[in-house]
Amino acid sequence: MRFAVIQFPGSNCDVDLLHAIIDGTGEEAEYVPHTAESLEGFDGVLLPGGFSYGDYLRSGAISRFSAVMDEVKRFAEEGKPVFGTCNGFQILVEAGLLPGALQRNKGLHFICRQSELKVVNNTTRFTSAYDKDEQLTIPIAHGEGNYYCDDETLKELQENNQIVFTYASENPNGSVADIAGIINKKGNVLGMMPHPERAVEDLLGSSDGLRFFQSMVQNFAKETADV
Amino acid sequence: MKTIFEPSPELIRDERIYAQWGLTDEEYQLISGDILGRLPNYTETGLFSVMWSEHCSYKNSKPVLRKFPTDGPHVLQGPGEGAGIVDIGDNQAVVFKAESHNHPSAVEPYEGAATGVGGIIRDIFSMGARPIAMLDSLRFGELDNERTKYLLEEVVAGIGGYGNCIGIPTVGGEIGFDPVYKGNPLVNAMCVGLIDHKDIQKGQAKGVGNTIMYVGAKTGRDGIHGATFASEEFSDEEEAERSAVQVGDPFMEKLLMEACLELIQDHSDILVGIQDMGAAGLVSSSSEMASKAGSGLILNLDDVPQRETNMTPYEMMLSESQERMLICVTKGTEERVKELFSRYELDAVTIGEVTDDGQYRLYHHGQLVADLPVDALAEDAPEYQKDYTEPERIQQYREMKAFEPKIDKAEDTLKALLQQPTVASKKSVFETYDSMVRTSTVVGPGSDAAVVRIRGTKKALAMTTDCNARYLYLNPERGGQMAVAEAARNIVASGGEPLAITDCLNYGNPDKPEVFWELWTSADGISKACQTLGTPVISGNVSLYNETSGEAVYPTPVIGMVGLVKDLDHVTTSEFKQAGDVIIAVGETKADFNGTELQKMQLGKIEGELFDFDIEKEKAVQDKVLKAIRSGWVQSAHDCSEGGLAVALMEAAFTKELGLSVNLDMPKEWLFSESPSRFVLSIKAEDIGAVEKLFGSDASVIGEVTDNGMASIQTTDQLLECSVGELKELWEGAIPCLLKSKV
Repeated sequence: MRFAVIQFPGSNCDVDLLHAIIDGTGEEAEYVPHTAESLEGFDGVLLPGGFSYGDYLRSGAISRFSAVMDEVKRFAEEGKPVFGTCNGFQILVEAGLLPGALQRNKGLHFICRQSELKVVNNTTRFTSAYDKDEQLTIPIAHGEGNYYCDDETLKELQENNQIVFTYASENPNGSVADIAGIINKKGNVLGMMPHPERAVEDLLGSSDGLRFFQSMVQNFAKETADV
Repeated sequence: MKTIFEPSPELIRDERIYAQWGLTDEEYQLISGDILGRLPNYTETGLFSVMWSEHCSYKNSKPVLRKFPTDGPHVLQGPGEGAGIVDIGDNQAVVFKAESHNHPSAVEPYEGAATGVGGIIRDIFSMGARPIAMLDSLRFGELDNERTKYLLEEVVAGIGGYGNCIGIPTVGGEIGFDPVYKGNPLVNAMCVGLIDHKDIQKGQAKGVGNTIMYVGAKTGRDGIHGATFASEEFSDEEEAERSAVQVGDPFMEKLLMEACLELIQDHSDILVGIQDMGAAGLVSSSSEMASKAGSGLILNLDDVPQRETNMTPYEMMLSESQERMLICVTKGTEERVKELFSRYELDAVTIGEVTDDGQYRLYHHGQLVADLPVDALAEDAPEYQKDYTEPERIQQYREMKAFEPKIDKAEDTLKALLQQPTVASKKSVFETYDSMVRTSTVVGPGSDAAVVRIRGTKKALAMTTDCNARYLYLNPERGGQMAVAEAARNIVASGGEPLAITDCLNYGNPDKPEVFWELWTSADGISKACQTLGTPVISGNVSLYNETSGEAVYPTPVIGMVGLVKDLDHVTTSEFKQAGDVIIAVGETKADFNGTELQKMQLGKIEGELFDFDIEKEKAVQDKVLKAIRSGWVQSAHDCSEGGLAVALMEAAFTKELGLSVNLDMPKEWLFSESPSRFVLSIKAEDIGAVEKLFGSDASVIGEVTDNGMASIQTTDQLLECSVGELKELWEGAIPCLLKSKV
């Protein structure tokens, strides 16, 4: 498969995502500027972490107007894999591709550490290589990862099994229902605050994120082949 | 429209306006006499005053800096450029430098710290290197007042705010606390970059007719006279200087960094030179670029991008607005440069050209507003050999009886020491920094040295910053040696071979002979240690006038060291790995208590003659530890420093909350001695024979790692027994607790 890693001005985890795909799964990945008007030839799109537009105004609020976002929306509609981590998640939320909002961390500080995640839903195409309720060690690094949605939305997320990851041992940022990552109803757009791309090598502390990318590649590749 | 009246040259002379900007009468006479043969105008006087400030010219510290060894077989670039460069093989090199931002941080801690980070990052990428890691060395007063708490929280927030946003991991550093830093905190930032040899740049403007372009943020009135501000000591009216502090924009710098690296890597055919506009902004960067190349320069100030109206030449040239670079490109290639920068939504503007007559000419509104020999600005600042005298305290210390600590229960002392902020865990601070971005951080903050792997190779870089200024206060020469030795010890404990150092020399007012003596003699110590350890000084900076109301900080030459880990298999961390491993103490413990954390805790001050230190012995011990690590025998290695053996053992036990059972042939007080040249290692039982053979009398087996979560330390006169978990809680909780408690 061939993945586009979008570079917004101020993205800074683009390198990490690219390497997670290329070194971790052996698939292809390329940087694509935020000004690109076509993602023709790509099978999936990845939105990296960072501080796009310096987080000015509100994280993700400016990036959602980037030219490439029309293509990201097209991918979402066509059922192709769309993944956003950290600032990428914030952009997906701002663009309306995922529900809710991300607020400042409850403790008001940026937090970077290994966090324990629980796989709440292992039936998605991103998480099929995990066991249900498996605990993963995956780093977080954010100042605005406090996920919020209203009660109605939360109920909907729960009923549709859209909550994919929750914080297992402690909730680092005050997120509603300990939510760390969610998926859209269609099951092809996933956003999460933790960084699975930083957890693909034991050398760096954890390789629990590797199966995330392997699941994505395996499941969507099959679909791409079927089409 | 506001009309700006600039004093006439005669008025500047008669009213001695130059003196307010830091020029002495003699310097002014040199300029108006030998150099120009006429009175300098307002703009010209301003240019000289910043370029001849200590911050830019090192006029007081040059004789000191000449003492340092700066050469070595691997040094590709020593001091004098934006940063130093050391070869690491495979056509790659490491680029690094540390810089202080003490004065701005004392006045406006968030922006002061943030722009310190931004400035040092620009120094690295202006050399052509990709910045891969940041470290920060900080000193504050005691956390017993709201002002210091505010300074700490804001400095830390500023470092995180900038580093996290730009996406360079903050992987290490240290924080120390002593009352002398209360009004004048130290904020030193170090950046490490990686470069291919072919991309190495110089800050030069050469080739007659070539174009000078300005890239990055627009120029405002911020930071005017920042360099001279950094060269004066604080009075209690410091708040009046607020306008001299700059404001940072890490998002802008991220774009600027990516654009400049693309220019360097992909357009080397048109790029002649590149330099950061740091201290003293446009005047410093442009005059240094021309002077280094033996060229002259014409700048048209009307073309300088400005974000404020009616800026005068003086203001534009001296502004320290952040996130700006000056580049020199071959004539006719301006459009290519503009196109490149526009893709990053940045302006690139032609503001001048290179000439061959060695003159520095500025035009504004069609008028020639400055016409100076460029070398006079950039090179010819007078150099002063300051007087130095040994401070009285040193003689008093020699005559004092060595400090003998009083300890009833070693457990209580250990608990109290673990909660001293200098010893206590800095986790609550480090966790606010992104230490993992770029996914190459093998060992992050909290271990002896940070380790960052070099992608695509089996190699890694170990890096650390260190300085125990209390030792220097008691004996600057020996303390200087020990600062370098400790940095090297941390590199070695992490599996690296020390390569070179950068330094931030933080001292008081050099006009005081006692302060200059500290600087002068500590440089001897640093030099000696660097020579013995084979680590030349490749870059650095000098920060003088660190005083508040006449009281100087401790002599604090922060040493930033980088080492090469030849194989990722050698990467070693400080924590015990598993029960059953044998614990080894390397080096000799003696009754060394003067200048220690324990003395400070018990007496409320440090005093007495500093204990002995032998750099040759240090080198021998370090070589053996590195050999043991490379032989694969070492499970964990930890430098033994503040708080002594007891603290080092506990720090090694904390991460995994393992226990330890240790038997020591020494009185309980010695647990807290800070004898130098020591390590705590843990070794698998089967390797013990080989390790003992390697170390001989330099090491002894003192116990083993256990799985019961208890620390059990038997000395000749007392058994210390305590839960590791309980100690860890005290150690981790101390700083958050101090920050929250109301005064």
